[in-house]
Amino acid sequence: MSVAEETGEEAAPAAAARSSRPASWRLLANNRLAALGLVLLSLVVLVALAAPLLPLAPPDATAPAERLQRPLAAGHLLGTDHLGRDILSRLVWGTRISLAVGISASLIAAFFGSLIGLVAGYAGGRTDHLMMRGIDMLMAFPYILLALAIVAVLGPALLNALYAIAIVNIPFFARNIRGITLGLARRDFVEAAKLSGKGPIRVVATEIFPNVLPTIVIALSTTVGWMILETAGLSFLGLGAQPPQADLGSMLGEGRKLLFTAPYVSIIPGVMIFIIVMSINLLGDGIRDVLDPRLRSGALAHPSARTQVKRRKVPEMPAEQEGALDVVGLQTEFSIGRDVFRAVGGVDLRLGKEECLGLVGESGSGKSVTALSIASLVPSPPGAIVGGRVMREGRDVLEMRDGELRRLRGGEISMIFQDPLSSLHPLFTVGDQIAEAVRAHQPVSRAEAWAKAVDLLGAVQIPNPKERAKSYPHELSGGMRQRVAIAIALVNEPEVLIADEPTTALDVTVQAQVLKLLDDLRHEKHTAVLFITHDFGVVSEICERVAVMYAGRIVEMGRTEEVLDAPAHPYTRKLIDCVPLLDDPDRRLDAIEGLPPPLNRLPDGCAFAPRCPRAKPDCRAGDIPLGEVAPGRMARCLYPLVDDADAPADAPADTHADTHAEAGQ
Amino acid sequence: MIAYIGRRLLAAIPVLFGLSIIVFLIIAAIPGDPATAILGSYATPENVERLNRQLGLDRSLPEQYLVWIGNVLQGDFGRSYSLNRPVIDEVLERFRATLILAGTSLVLCSIFGLLAGIVSAVRQFGWADRIITFLVLIGISIPSFWLGLLLILVFAVDLRWLPASGMEAIYGGGGPLDLAKHLILPATTLAVVATGVIARMTRASMLEVLRQDYIRTARAKGLSERRVIYRHAFKAALVSVIPVIGIQAGFVLGGAVYIETVFQWPGIGDMLVKAISTRDVLLVQGGVFVVAASYVLFNLAADVVQAMFDPRLKP
Repeated sequence: MSVAEETGEEAAPAAAARSSRPASWRLLANNRLAALGLVLLSLVVLVALAAPLLPLAPPDATAPAERLQRPLAAGHLLGTDHLGRDILSRLVWGTRISLAVGISASLIAAFFGSLIGLVAGYAGGRTDHLMMRGIDMLMAFPYILLALAIVAVLGPALLNALYAIAIVNIPFFARNIRGITLGLARRDFVEAAKLSGKGPIRVVATEIFPNVLPTIVIALSTTVGWMILETAGLSFLGLGAQPPQADLGSMLGEGRKLLFTAPYVSIIPGVMIFIIVMSINLLGDGIRDVLDPRLRSGALAHPSARTQVKRRKVPEMPAEQEGALDVVGLQTEFSIGRDVFRAVGGVDLRLGKEECLGLVGESGSGKSVTALSIASLVPSPPGAIVGGRVMREGRDVLEMRDGELRRLRGGEISMIFQDPLSSLHPLFTVGDQIAEAVRAHQPVSRAEAWAKAVDLLGAVQIPNPKERAKSYPHELSGGMRQRVAIAIALVNEPEVLIADEPTTALDVTVQAQVLKLLDDLRHEKHTAVLFITHDFGVVSEICERVAVMYAGRIVEMGRTEEVLDAPAHPYTRKLIDCVPLLDDPDRRLDAIEGLPPPLNRLPDGCAFAPRCPRAKPDCRAGDIPLGEVAPGRMARCLYPLVDDADAPADAPADTHADTHAEAGQ
Repeated sequence: MIAYIGRRLLAAIPVLFGLSIIVFLIIAAIPGDPATAILGSYATPENVERLNRQLGLDRSLPEQYLVWIGNVLQGDFGRSYSLNRPVIDEVLERFRATLILAGTSLVLCSIFGLLAGIVSAVRQFGWADRIITFLVLIGISIPSFWLGLLLILVFAVDLRWLPASGMEAIYGGGGPLDLAKHLILPATTLAVVATGVIARMTRASMLEVLRQDYIRTARAKGLSERRVIYRHAFKAALVSVIPVIGIQAGFVLGGAVYIETVFQWPGIGDMLVKAISTRDVLLVQGGVFVVAASYVLFNLAADVVQAMFDPRLKP
């Protein structure tokens, strides 16, 4: 191992640790908008706190002689109101009151709401039911209306407005916290605490509360701006602060009477409310992003119609195309943060006309990404095709215009995916979904397309197709759904069908039926199939040829019987050993010691070398080509198993058992 | 579907019952003597005595409730002392104006919120997305009562394009065109916050949906991107946005209180604020009950619409 590689190994995990787990503070500061919010808010709060120390005119001192001076007047930076009071001074003092009232209301709501949520969620049962029905009742009111009713009872006053806004926000906290508590109350660590003899109050305080706190903070950060706005609103209506006391809302309300003569009197406090609420919202969004990674995860995958093609290496256009589909040097990467995951690292495949080619590998080997890349269905970003060609009838799919690609997808090349429930649209009938595929490629009427859909449902052996066409996916069984998916894929008689683990999510018995159906239909319709699976049992049943993938590259390819009987690549050998029983295809492929290499740090040379019992130093040295080991047999290995004479005499001791096993073959 | 609506209606009954208790308690919770509070401090002792008898305030609370709910079910919410007319007459008249305003706003915020959310999601991280996200942030941060004042200054005072207040012109008013002119400013102002919230939710739920396998299937079928977005993705996203629109209806109804005050729109919010200032408690009670009850029914309607879109919710 070279020095450079060693340091590379060292540096990479450190970088990963840095990028995946930065301190919350750093994250918040990195979010420029949140930082802006924080700065603005801090400024406002500081000024409000410092109000008594600032050289301001008394906020309530009237001076009729100086009434309604415009902003920038001498001695009055922001002018004066109808009583000659200094607006700047009133603004600072009003901000102080508005902030205090809004924040107090938030804290009161958070306290009582969280308390109710904790009690209801922890107690469960009837207590929970009763408390939550009460909360629902409060939520049945339009928000501000309830606050108005409360003020109506208590009478207009700032403190009453504070109570009213606090009360109407209690349900929001109660529901959020109760949901989290309910989940936590059944967790093991809470049970353990109970068994250790802690009383319910201590369990809630020491075990549950710390876990609930982030949610409370998120809820607070999203509501505090809102509550400042609402208390200001009540004051604006004249139901909150009463003169001479003034918060921002009542300043605005009083200024409104002068709207036509002196608009600045009402505009200025409005700007202040706006600044406060916006900075809190900016900060709140930032806090939520930091504390609630679920909301952020969506930021990564960008839903685009087709995969970005940023090819560094473009192989020459093949002169003539023999197969139904030729994949040449295909490379697909995912860029996540600073890491680049090479999911497909140069794949060459030829799918002959009417042939069924199996593509086999462990999960993460790149077989599904290969399939999606062929139809440009890899989500971009993070995915991008960075090299190679996908040839179909002399055209490169990667260079097609959008319209051309659209006609190709579902027309000449169609796909079936692994999970039929998530792959079908839940809100359309299955007949509708098949008919839609028909109309995307054939100029037929709605009725004709529907008739065709019903026909095809019959062809995929769904009983009573006429009625079943009107069913929604959730009304069908898993096997039925996959038949529907097959119908969608075959309705336009494609020349190439890419089936991405179409039977993996199904019951074993159903698997066999679906497999048989697929096999019958492909012979009947002369369709070439690229069949992706991790299951050699399935491959041996329907595939003429098989390609084995490991860490994003094909490591072996050949006729199915030959590969299965005498694998040339040590990885294939191991993979087949994992599935000794064809009637137990669900067996997990975890019997190979070690793990596949991380795709963002692929080793030089053979990617399987670290797990390979036969690996020699030169296996790790450089790129190993996919060489022909026998006519029609390819393997990416320096020491293929086919020719045992070449096997290294100085094999490491731990391969001893394996060599024996091979000899026994 | 009809069975579903029936079941939802039945489920609404306990909610309405609980609501009526809370509204009823408005009177009982008033500190001091409710009758004096209702009639004002200048009321004669005889009048106070008579009202006490009328409201049954000399009896126990459950009895009082039964008397009250009995009257309410017959449409009798008592008499407003400040207006000297039956509460129900005033409330219904005002509520009509509020429904026109809030209904228009709800339509506006649904259309613009959904559109903005879709564009934002489809162009995630692009310029359109950034601009919309920025506008949404302003929209949900701006005090609506202040925005109303600004719009009056610009469009009514400076440009003189639109009337500043009221529901119809005092001279030669009336007619749909006149109403529409008066509606534009208040309905827009009222819609701003809800538009922002709906746009945010639509964006989030579109992004979620666009990652789903069935969108990949739709693309693999060879559908046009327009069809993938507007038929497949939007329909699925709408299912989760509809309840949000239902909640926004509550905020729009409540926010109407501010907007009606700013634009002097003769709606129920304007009535409530005046009633609170004059301590006309029966008027407040009647107004709150009618609005809250219709909000419950509206949410029920939102549930039904959601079930119509989502076959999985249908039993």
